[in-house]
Amino acid sequence: MNRLSVELPGLQLKNPIMPASGCFGFGQEYGKMYDLSLLGAIMIKATTLEPRLGNPTPRVAETPSGMLNAIGLQNPGLTGVMENELPWLEQFDVPIIANVAGTETADYVEVAKVISTAPNVHALELNISCPNVKEGGITFGTDPLIAEELTAAVKAVSKVPVYVKLSPNVTDVKEIALAVERGGADGITMINTLLGMRLDEKTGKPIIANVTGGLSGPAVKPVALKMIYEVSQIVNVPIIGMGGIMNAQDVIDFLSAGASAVAVGTANFVNPFVCPTIIEELPAKLDELGVEHISELVGRSYRS
Amino acid sequence: MIIQESMLVQSQREIAHNIFEMKLQGKLVQEIQAPGQFIHIRVSEAFDMLLRRPISIASIDQESDEITIIYRAEGDGTRSLSKRNEGDRVDVLGPLGNGFPIAETKAGEVAYLIGGGIGVPPLYELSKQLTAKGVTCVHILGFQSENVVFYEEEFKALGETYIVTVDGTIGTEGFVTTVMENLSEQFATYYSCGPQPMLKAVQEMYANKKGYLSFEERMGCGVGACFACVCKTTERAEANYIKVCSDGPVFPAGVIAI
Repeated sequence: MNRLSVELPGLQLKNPIMPASGCFGFGQEYGKMYDLSLLGAIMIKATTLEPRLGNPTPRVAETPSGMLNAIGLQNPGLTGVMENELPWLEQFDVPIIANVAGTETADYVEVAKVISTAPNVHALELNISCPNVKEGGITFGTDPLIAEELTAAVKAVSKVPVYVKLSPNVTDVKEIALAVERGGADGITMINTLLGMRLDEKTGKPIIANVTGGLSGPAVKPVALKMIYEVSQIVNVPIIGMGGIMNAQDVIDFLSAGASAVAVGTANFVNPFVCPTIIEELPAKLDELGVEHISELVGRSYRS
Repeated sequence: MIIQESMLVQSQREIAHNIFEMKLQGKLVQEIQAPGQFIHIRVSEAFDMLLRRPISIASIDQESDEITIIYRAEGDGTRSLSKRNEGDRVDVLGPLGNGFPIAETKAGEVAYLIGGGIGVPPLYELSKQLTAKGVTCVHILGFQSENVVFYEEEFKALGETYIVTVDGTIGTEGFVTTVMENLSEQFATYYSCGPQPMLKAVQEMYANKKGYLSFEERMGCGVGACFACVCKTTERAEANYIKVCSDGPVFPAGVIAI
């Protein structure tokens, strides 16, 4: 028996571990270092309709137990991803979750319509929560009605299940979660990064050229756990959890909080082999906990 | 191939004010292809200082599986690295990036190696390799002040060496360009590494020469996946970005918009 298998809408996962969007490019760099077929899935970098150059540099800054980034969704655009990135990934036995971003509803719809036809794309992740772009991104993820309508519009054209990535930069994340569920979301991914900034010690000026950036890494894990704990109890769709996962124990925590699978982001920069390492370590964790199958852990923080 | 390895610290010493030389031994030394490639070091076992630090390779000894790195301890991360002692292990990812193309200068030709501050170290291995193949190397090395000058004797042993300091405490007072203005332009290739204003000045002064510049930018992953360390290129008017970590850090002069 595969003790780590997870079944989610559109996704038969060998294990619940996948690299998070934006932290793994389109897989080619890490694909040179290990066999990507080991992974549960891959959430590739956001794809927009047209190529995007992203934000000026500096785009990253380290913070205590975290990092800020403001890459700005740099990507080669829908055609580039369809022609050059997705076919390369076909050599691996791993489902792809395509992160879809846009500046207006029509962009999201067009990207979703086309990218969901790629043979190895098994699900979409709707990016309504990127904090680093001026138009689109987070503006779609902070208003429940807009989030619901966008989800419905994308669901109407997508050939594969649609997961919606939620922002923690809202007053009440539960409200947005319920809205995207009403819009027909098949699943939720959370959390995206928290807005933050860091100042240069000498000049007092922001280090990130975009002034603000998205905070990720172990520093945000408690926030992610709390939000997943809250949301997983009120929605009927599964959650893929993310936010500062560095090791197998963090995975156990996220599942306990209510996630069914997890995405590993910033940790890839700290240790490029972190995903296969966690996958290898998980069975021993299950033994320690006396659990036969990993799914038994989901939501145990609030289950009686 | 890029590998991750727990490398053995063979020695660590302060060679100038806050400038440290560390020798590391491990298998990844065999993977290094060219001077100017760099390594990505994890400075803390804990997650408090999360990101790896990119550090250039100053000297390579593939016979003894040993590299020398020279770095400035200026932030928490590099200060922490400077506390490591002989016998400790350091988590290293590398070799990363593309280095200086030594094949671009032929035996019997002259190369100018122009470095600024903590951009000087990779030029040392470059000079060793160029000199070994019969290239005459001229070194022009700029520093802020006498107390941060390092490897003067090592470079002198390889060829003509000019030291420049901003405050004039040693060598010529001024910038590398102050020396360059008085040097012959009878050379084949220049190679440069240092702060961007210096690279810009060098590129402008030797606009008609073949040159290679090594760039630096804040990095996330170090392998090309995160798109943090991009630079604008001169290729297209609407500015096209390429990555310093995996497309560089060394680029032919004129490729990057400085």
